[in-house]
Amino acid sequence: MVIHLKIWRQKNQHTKGYLESYTLNEVDAEMSFLEMLDSLNLKLAKQGERPVEFDHDCREGICGQCGVMINGIAHGPLKNTSTCQLHMRSFKDGDTIYVEPFKAKAFPVIRDLKVDRSGLDEIIAAGGYISVNTGQAPEANSILVSHEESESAFDSAACIGCGACIATCKNASAALFTSAKISQLAKLPQGQKESSKRTVDMVNRMEELDFGHCTNTEACQVECPQDISVLNIAQMNYEYNKAKLKS
Amino acid sequence: MWFIKNSITRKNLMALTGLFLCLFLVIHLLGNFQLLLPKEEARLQYNLYSDFLSNNILVKLISYGLYASILIHTLDSIYLTIKAKKAKGSSYVKDNRGRASKWYSRQMMFLGSIVFAFLVIHFKDFWFVYKFGTLPLDTNGNKDLYGLVLVSFENLWYVLLYGFAILSLGFHLLHGFFSAFRTIGLYNPKYNSIIKTVGIVFAIAITFGYFIIPFYMYLID
Amino acid sequence: MEKEIHANIPEGDLKDKWSNYKAKAKLVSPNNRKKLDLIVVGTGLAGASAAASLAEMGYNIKSFCFQDSPRRAHSVAAQGGVNAMKNYQNDGDSVFRMFYDTLKGGDFRSREANTYRLAECSASLIDQAVAQGVPFGREYSGYLRNRSFGGVQVSRTFYSRGQTGQQLLLGAYQALMRQKEQGKVKLYTRHEMLDLVLIDGKAKGIIARNLDTGKIERHAAHAVILATGGFGKIYYLSTLAMGCNASAIWRAHKKGAFMANPSWTQIHPTSLPQSGPYQSKLTLMSESLRNDGRIWVPKAKDEKRPPHDIPENERDYYLERKYPSFGNLAPRDISSRAAKEQIDAGKGVGPLKNAVYLDFEHAIKEYGKDVIAERYGNLFSMYEKITGINAYKEPMKISPSAHFSMGGLWVDYDLMTNIPGLFAIGEANFSDHGANRLGANSLLQACVDGYYIAPYTLQNYLADQIQVEKPDIKHSAFEQAEADVKEQLNHFIQQKGNKTAEEFHREVGKILYDKCGLSRSEEGLKTAIAQIQNLREEYKTNLLVPGDVEDINSELERAGRVSDYMELAELMCIDALNRNESCGAHYREEFQTEDGEAKRNDKDFAYSSAWEWSGDASSPILNKEPLKFEYVQPTQRSYK
Repeated sequence: MVIHLKIWRQKNQHTKGYLESYTLNEVDAEMSFLEMLDSLNLKLAKQGERPVEFDHDCREGICGQCGVMINGIAHGPLKNTSTCQLHMRSFKDGDTIYVEPFKAKAFPVIRDLKVDRSGLDEIIAAGGYISVNTGQAPEANSILVSHEESESAFDSAACIGCGACIATCKNASAALFTSAKISQLAKLPQGQKESSKRTVDMVNRMEELDFGHCTNTEACQVECPQDISVLNIAQMNYEYNKAKLKS
Repeated sequence: MWFIKNSITRKNLMALTGLFLCLFLVIHLLGNFQLLLPKEEARLQYNLYSDFLSNNILVKLISYGLYASILIHTLDSIYLTIKAKKAKGSSYVKDNRGRASKWYSRQMMFLGSIVFAFLVIHFKDFWFVYKFGTLPLDTNGNKDLYGLVLVSFENLWYVLLYGFAILSLGFHLLHGFFSAFRTIGLYNPKYNSIIKTVGIVFAIAITFGYFIIPFYMYLID
Repeated sequence: MEKEIHANIPEGDLKDKWSNYKAKAKLVSPNNRKKLDLIVVGTGLAGASAAASLAEMGYNIKSFCFQDSPRRAHSVAAQGGVNAMKNYQNDGDSVFRMFYDTLKGGDFRSREANTYRLAECSASLIDQAVAQGVPFGREYSGYLRNRSFGGVQVSRTFYSRGQTGQQLLLGAYQALMRQKEQGKVKLYTRHEMLDLVLIDGKAKGIIARNLDTGKIERHAAHAVILATGGFGKIYYLSTLAMGCNASAIWRAHKKGAFMANPSWTQIHPTSLPQSGPYQSKLTLMSESLRNDGRIWVPKAKDEKRPPHDIPENERDYYLERKYPSFGNLAPRDISSRAAKEQIDAGKGVGPLKNAVYLDFEHAIKEYGKDVIAERYGNLFSMYEKITGINAYKEPMKISPSAHFSMGGLWVDYDLMTNIPGLFAIGEANFSDHGANRLGANSLLQACVDGYYIAPYTLQNYLADQIQVEKPDIKHSAFEQAEADVKEQLNHFIQQKGNKTAEEFHREVGKILYDKCGLSRSEEGLKTAIAQIQNLREEYKTNLLVPGDVEDINSELERAGRVSDYMELAELMCIDALNRNESCGAHYREEFQTEDGEAKRNDKDFAYSSAWEWSGDASSPILNKEPLKFEYVQPTQRSYK
């Protein structure tokens, strides 16, 4: 099928970006969206032009490195699907597709569709862990975790850190990302000991990094490739309020 | 100064003031239901009720809380909106993000602004006149607020203005009610679905309740 | 000149070797550790766990990864689980049994002492992961749950739904980020190692390229740890991430480190089949699916009916038929080869006739849809996202695909290569899996290497480095290495040929998959070597790399990686050609039993090939590390 593309090109953080139009005449419906971009890049390279820079790695929806706005929707038209899992069968012959990078103040553009999401690492570094050194761990079955607790913790832990929640949020809030880690660890007995410190530290870091706040529009969960629940955000608020009331 | 800058704290304040205002909405509505009584009975009872409200010390204290709540709710919303605008960076050329959320959840500031503008008119037309203006007295010797209400709602455009404002309030509540509970940390899935339902019922009930009064007043006159 | 190879295996009985080692190993005192700098390349399970553990001990770590965050490393994609000897199921598991299963699964081509240590340390890993908050599958009582996995007869696999690798990696990543916050780890994301720097024969640093700016950087340290994973991506179509590469280990190899058993690549039996020529990767479906799914093909060639219309008696459940005691859980090499056999016989299914069915109809009937959904829900939805097919209603179509490199840098018992100060851990080394890796042993090896082995063995090396000055990045060795790297990068850009690196990559991958993949033959390998040599020549003149060196440039990154593949591919073929036997994943058509199974030759080939760079990719030097079996007797592997 024929696909018209309008792709965001930007040389670096300091220059202005613009939309560039391309047309691909032989797109296969079974291609993945990124394979379609591959074919564009091959074409551009052969014409002596600079290929479009975009982030991707595992291409099976788990590493979280890919992610662009497709027709104004984070990761494209399918709900709970990462960009790499999107296939061209979701589009029609002759469609025009807008491709833009994830935009937020905390996500400066590196080039074209590549953005700097290191803020997410910074949030984890602020406290997204259980402070246990290698070698300190007790026998695994000495910490019992009920099936429900473990499954629920997993649901939060499944976050792939792609940043779609931030890109899709009208406030560019990192609440879903941050809360998923906070509530995963708060749900587990081994994580509860330092929950207050963790929550306050992570929330403060999120603020320092210029992410916005949450107004519960719930858009993030819809576009999240892992369908991370917005109730994690409520739990983060709970943990935060508890910590502040206790201190 | 964490308590000023931290957005979860600011959101908490918004939620708590919002919920307090919800409570006020209920009480205000219940009081205003007296307007629906037969005309002369309503006049006496409503004026008596208004007189009681304006002279009771407890009600006075609560009303200060009310003014403070409106102020904090408004100021916080302005602060957070500015902050969100900064966080957002540049905008998308093609933006279909709206498909993932309800329009009114994204337009809380807009809806809130309409409600605020309405409040100003509402205060000026009733509260201010009642407090500082001169009103005739009814047969019991109370200021005849009922009469003022009756006259005000003679105008259709005024009734429609009220209808529009109340509809905005309704959508504001439709999102705001459950959102407030989320913000203060209600994360249990079961209770959340209860709150969501309660919130919808509440928003509809309040909208409907406030809706019928101006129309009723317009029709009986 | 062939060299004698010492694996430095400690004295004592098999089960005492590691404790003896730890008891005698040299240590570095806490106040000296902060004077020592270490470079860890790669942030997967092995790299992140090693970096975090060493930082906790007090060393200064520089951690490198080419991705934009350490959490993206491809360990994240491992689905099924991680093996550990806990014997929670009381089904007869023991360290020795796990060791034996791994050794046997690897077709008796791994080092006894290393494999035993892997089994020995496995239990601690589960403790560590649980303490870190990894949400493993649990019983309702709160105890840990296990599932069974291919190639073994006990249930020793721990899992987090179908995202075990992700959860373990996040545990290690979080430990790493904790050390970053404490200032003990400096992160270099979007940095790619392009050369190893040796001073006086010891590894003292690396040359890295900042992928965001294109700037070349020098980094010095007292030791270098490579945890850069496998190179299955050399086949182009593989289950690996697009960025997975051999460059770090290959460039270390060119600086003198031996490459061991490079041709041993595991072809995974359950990935999604190729759907067209544009395809960039093949997605893996966890082997755990084989616990409940049944694999079959139609008995008739060129079957046209949809799977539901094919009656039971016209289906061939070939794994159950050929290997009754292991059935659908036969080891990967055997399952893959069996699938290829069916596909080659014209019984393949799907539009390109390149797949077999993996059917859950029986399991759903037996356990109900909910149970199956809880076990594999995310895999089913992933399958649907990619293929558009609902696997609850229709069998999955799967096919074999390149997956894991059993081969890698040669390391001794300390996980140190033959270059002093250069360590290789995780999939980047060759040590534990022999000629075929058992499912769920890969996460285990990466973690055990990083958490439990490297921290001890590095100290043993570093104890002698305290007195040595920290290497200076102005040293001529750094200058030379940087100049070489820059020259190569400029060469790529300046060619202005007609073919992109990706096109070359597809070609070399196809040659390898056809001739050095599931089955190999002398004739095929010789042809392949000639083809690769030609392609490599073309690569020197006809490469097209747009853009600049000192800029962000994905095409240039790829050009470097493919350039290394061009050399490694030949070595893989040379290695496969040298090994005149079949073992595990290495199946030479000339060497098979009467019923078509791999036929080992223990008399002549009970060794690991440790290839040495000679300066010319076509004439590597073969060194042999003999494999001595003192505690088990190699037998003909049978899963019937």
